[in-house]
Amino acid sequence: MAEKKLKPEELAGSIDYKPKQKDWLDPSVEFKHGVFNYGGSPKSVEYLQQPNPRKWQPTDPDWQLPENWKQIILEGLKDRLDRFRSLRIFMDICVRCGACADKCHFFIGSGDPKNMPVLRAELLRSIYRNDFTLAGKLFGKFSGSRELTIDVLKEWFYYFFQCTQCRRCSVFCPYGIDTAEITLLVRELLNLVGVNIDWIITPVANSFRTGNHLGIQPHGFKDSIDFAVDELESITGVRVEAPINKKGAEILFITPSADYFGTPHYYTLLGYLALFHEIGLDYTWSSYASEGGNFGSFVSHDLMKSLNAKMYAEAKRLGVKWIIGGECGHMWRVVHQYMDTLNGPADFLEVPVSPITGTRFENTKSTKMVHICEFTADLIKNNKIKLDKSRNDHRSITYHDPCNIARGLGLIEEPRYLIKNSCNNFFEMPDNTIKEQTFCCGSGAGLGTDENLEMRMRGGLPRANAVKYVKEKYGVNFLGCICAIDKATLPPLMDYWVGGVDVGGVHELVGNALIMKGEKERTTDLRGEPLAGDEKQNV
Amino acid sequence: MEHWSLAKKGTLINVLFSLSAVFILIAGAIVGVDLIKFNFLFGVIIPYTAITIFILGIILQVIKWAKSPVPFHIPTVAGQQKSLPWIKSSKLESPSSTLGVIGRMLLEILFFRSLFRNTKSELKNGPRLVYGSNKYLWLGALVFHWSILVIFLRHFRFFMQPIPSFVLALQNLDGFFQIGLPVLYISDVLITLALLYLIFRRVADLKIRYISLASDYFPLFLILSIAVTGILMRYFDRVDIVKVKELAIGIFSFHPTVPDGIGVLFYIHLFLVCTLITYFPFSKLLHMPGIFLTPTRNLANNSRMVRHINPWNRPVRVHTYEEYEDEFRDKMKASGLPVEKE
Repeated sequence: MAEKKLKPEELAGSIDYKPKQKDWLDPSVEFKHGVFNYGGSPKSVEYLQQPNPRKWQPTDPDWQLPENWKQIILEGLKDRLDRFRSLRIFMDICVRCGACADKCHFFIGSGDPKNMPVLRAELLRSIYRNDFTLAGKLFGKFSGSRELTIDVLKEWFYYFFQCTQCRRCSVFCPYGIDTAEITLLVRELLNLVGVNIDWIITPVANSFRTGNHLGIQPHGFKDSIDFAVDELESITGVRVEAPINKKGAEILFITPSADYFGTPHYYTLLGYLALFHEIGLDYTWSSYASEGGNFGSFVSHDLMKSLNAKMYAEAKRLGVKWIIGGECGHMWRVVHQYMDTLNGPADFLEVPVSPITGTRFENTKSTKMVHICEFTADLIKNNKIKLDKSRNDHRSITYHDPCNIARGLGLIEEPRYLIKNSCNNFFEMPDNTIKEQTFCCGSGAGLGTDENLEMRMRGGLPRANAVKYVKEKYGVNFLGCICAIDKATLPPLMDYWVGGVDVGGVHELVGNALIMKGEKERTTDLRGEPLAGDEKQNV
Repeated sequence: MEHWSLAKKGTLINVLFSLSAVFILIAGAIVGVDLIKFNFLFGVIIPYTAITIFILGIILQVIKWAKSPVPFHIPTVAGQQKSLPWIKSSKLESPSSTLGVIGRMLLEILFFRSLFRNTKSELKNGPRLVYGSNKYLWLGALVFHWSILVIFLRHFRFFMQPIPSFVLALQNLDGFFQIGLPVLYISDVLITLALLYLIFRRVADLKIRYISLASDYFPLFLILSIAVTGILMRYFDRVDIVKVKELAIGIFSFHPTVPDGIGVLFYIHLFLVCTLITYFPFSKLLHMPGIFLTPTRNLANNSRMVRHINPWNRPVRVHTYEEYEDEFRDKMKASGLPVEKE
């Protein structure tokens, strides 16, 4: 069934930016293996009480939609036009200047014209014009209108699940038209008739039930934290505490579940544990709110709210003063731009004050949740931790700005400050590929599946290419990032396009460099790999 | 190849459709004024109707936009946030205050900040992706929009008596080079060049050609035809300015008169302008009022400092801690995790 996997040079050779399709108003998609995601499992859809649970795949000729699917979608669109000014404005004011066209990593890596952000949005706009505007009614096809058909719906599914909601196009758009907003709303519409993908809906169901997207139950969660404590002890010789569900702790710490169950995330977890121990932080983990990531934010505002509700609920139950959040991308978009609105006000919490430095985090005075990089940067600035940069000398590091962190928060300098204080060898990628212009890993927003691998490698090409550049120029061998999806999906991307580059979190680097009281002499980093000096001795 | 030629055909149809629409409009004005002598229709009734549709259309559209709330605080941030006091924040690209937002919006509206960022990506052998600076669209768009503004303001000399001093000053500036008689306005040259570039770009760049609709070509051709008729009237086939002004002032003082002897060129020009402003509220030209309301640009990046209220924030199904503990209590107890209920 699976078609031949493309070699990197074959894939690159297949990219052609000349549009080869006929008029874009004609919907036509072909579900080739490697470029789409499997349909949502009925069990998860049912568990979440979402519409139309059934066994289906995008390759099925019949998607088993409800009879009145068209009415559901059009009424859903009307409802969203009335609830989201963003949607109305974005439908009405695009001038199709095309500034966004070659800004999308999926367009750059596929050459498919419907991956130009402007056309992605036009897929919806054409229906909007047809059913909601005078121009559409008067001029029909000349105004770029078309009727909603099953083929259009299939096209929506194809292309709105080829957008990682990275918002790079929005930075370049003269009106700030935000494709992430349009993508999320179209995915909401699709979900109304039961069209969603399994790697979103099942993690949402898992998060809903167990607190984390992998479906790890509380004892499993505790086991992995305990295991990490043991492992950290064997590397550093220091036994740390990692309290879980501890009432009355000062701070609740929430991080993506991959940190305690995935590699290379796990080394970042070791970094957190070491850091919190070293500064004597009074904090707790939570098994109920054991997921920072929010797969709900990839499919609907309501599911985003459902999952996010656990953070404040758990902070309240445990009686903590405020919250620190770990390294994650979209989690932070939700925390920064949505949480307070959806589930606030957090009037039962206090404005975050670092117990170590006394710094009051004014920038979080309403939401009361501090980013771990903000927290640690403040520690370093106030000389509260000692760092031995040479312990990262075996690494030549570059830093990938996660999309949501750069364009959602503007948290750009904090992680760089941490890296520069933990490492001697830091090199930036080219300007057009970092900070607010950063390129997505190509696998965000629920698209990081094996079945979608070809599309991920295409979408990840711009990021990989920039890494390759610094690898060749400066010998970079480590790609730092602060996003759990990055940590999961950049390693195969690096192997495919670059080779010889490891991926890891910034707090892994901090953890490597952190000098702990009572530690034994370190011979390895947190991965168990020999340090630079020791390498030489061994030779 | 076959698909590609189909797309080419589509482009041709779109271009021809828009172009012929403009020619039909011009023909309509010629027939209406020169043959049937409907001067009152073209000189008074149509302008009043067009102005009414323009003003009401925009007001209604803005009301429609404004009636939909902004449920979430979603600025697209393009610079360092305001966080720790010793980290320099980007006050314009990531504004945390209202003043910063105003600055960001002014940069966007007056100088097309985001478009200025534009790059061009190229895939070379290797594969190697290269990003070059690409400011032509920015330049073309900026020149075009500023020229329109200058020309619009210059036209106040026809609507007002006495002519306001700012209009005279602008006129002098615009004719700074003192070329020819009547003096050549720089804005006339620039708007024509900019429009030709914008049309050229739509057709020449395959990507842009592919996305372009008839409704993208039409306003360009329409505005170009307005510019050209204006230029013809000023430099080549001069109309009687005194009479034109009589008509214009008549309209704006609500005492419309149609003086005899104004050339048909003027009526064509006026009719095209009326078409433009009538078309405005139903088209992409709404980007002009719309840019003020775009939530990714007009909100401050202060989401964690100030709570944003969603007027329709609705209750959702949640999985409470109690439900969670009920399901997992035994396992939690067995692994030594604290529980609420024993």
